[in-house]
Amino acid sequence: MIPSAFDYHAPGTLVDALALLEKFGDDAKVLSGGQSLLPMLKIRLAQVGHLVDIGRIAGLEYIKEEAGFLKIGAATKEVALERSDLVRTKYPILLDTAKVIADPLVRNRATVGGNLAHGDPANDHPATMLALGASVVAQGPKGERTIPVDQFFQGLFATALAPNEILTEIRIPVPAAKSGGAYVKLERKVGDFATAAAAVQVTLGAKGEVTKAGIGLTAAGPTPIQAGEAEKFLTGKMPDDATLAETARLASQAAKPTADRRGAPDYKREMARVLTMRALRAAVRRAGGKV
Amino acid sequence: MSTHKITVTVNGTARTAEVEARLLLVHLLREDFSMTGTHIGCDTTHCGACTVLLDGEPVKSCTVLAVQADGHQVMTVEGLEQGGKLDPIQNGFWQEHGLQCGYCTSGMMLTGYALLQRNKKPTEGEIREAISGNLCRCTGYVNIVKAVQHAAAAQQ
Repeated sequence: MIPSAFDYHAPGTLVDALALLEKFGDDAKVLSGGQSLLPMLKIRLAQVGHLVDIGRIAGLEYIKEEAGFLKIGAATKEVALERSDLVRTKYPILLDTAKVIADPLVRNRATVGGNLAHGDPANDHPATMLALGASVVAQGPKGERTIPVDQFFQGLFATALAPNEILTEIRIPVPAAKSGGAYVKLERKVGDFATAAAAVQVTLGAKGEVTKAGIGLTAAGPTPIQAGEAEKFLTGKMPDDATLAETARLASQAAKPTADRRGAPDYKREMARVLTMRALRAAVRRAGGKV
Repeated sequence: MSTHKITVTVNGTARTAEVEARLLLVHLLREDFSMTGTHIGCDTTHCGACTVLLDGEPVKSCTVLAVQADGHQVMTVEGLEQGGKLDPIQNGFWQEHGLQCGYCTSGMMLTGYALLQRNKKPTEGEIREAISGNLCRCTGYVNIVKAVQHAAAAQQ
């Protein structure tokens, strides 16, 4: 399958890339790793007049802690997360997530920024970033702005990015001591989108009580879902079995999945509950708590 | 619709072509360069029959634009054999009967080759993980795993 015809631009700097977006407006689309966009162009779910490839702009691939944040350059490939010692030792939820995105070959091309900017509620990073309380940095003609990820996803394939903006960085607050997180996904086979998946990040207090909780759900509605009620319920409580079970139940209530060949809404909501429970246990365990 | 003059180093040889922006890397290889060892399978980023190494990493060449490969290194199955001598990964597939119909084989071998470049002694689990983006509908994967293990042992 061949995409419909377009003009391809490979700017060498962010300034040039932004100028191209300014010039072509809605008729342009940013190409990063291309592992979501190119398949869509090939099956002609999408058509575009101009592709602006940011893959040749230096300085958009990094994973570093700086000023209280884990900063990930938008063009960082998923495989780089998998191979990062920093991610493996301090951000296991990110490693969980990267490892279940598509398959290893796709992850050699796919980028973290692309996974978010695509705005697909079935993508895996959005739920994890919601659980982590992340923000994204958008560069536009007037400079940069920071968008909390809970305000980033606005609809199916729709984000808060303006047509003349480029997502350049993801910022995750460095977790406090006694924090842990996990991402648990149910997929029919390697490479499939989630039937359901849950991301949980918790911080524990001196007595082992939950002082902070973030819970995100994948493929549970038109946008990635933040399970706010469940987060509120868990915060301040000891993470015992009954509390975690009620938290998982509340999280599944936030899920509004639709029927497709991966299952019926009731089944997916039940899977959201089961996976949230598993993610809760793993997160508490990784935070040093007992479950 | 823009056209671009690109230079891609394929199996160590710089090759140039004038291409439409929308040309996929797999078509550049098969149609412009007449290198048909790289197969087109599902054409939807699932099966891995079109796997090539881009700057040493296995990628699905049906999901890379030829223009994106401009200035980069590509290795295809035709690049494995050197001077009439099979690469250990090719020999492994031969010795362990790692193929039946052969459709997935070029992609499997390149993924296996790339794995052994960065991990000289992969476990069975690591091999299975590495090839999880390459589908085989004949073998049940058992002999493919053995083939990669054979190549790993031969390189010790």
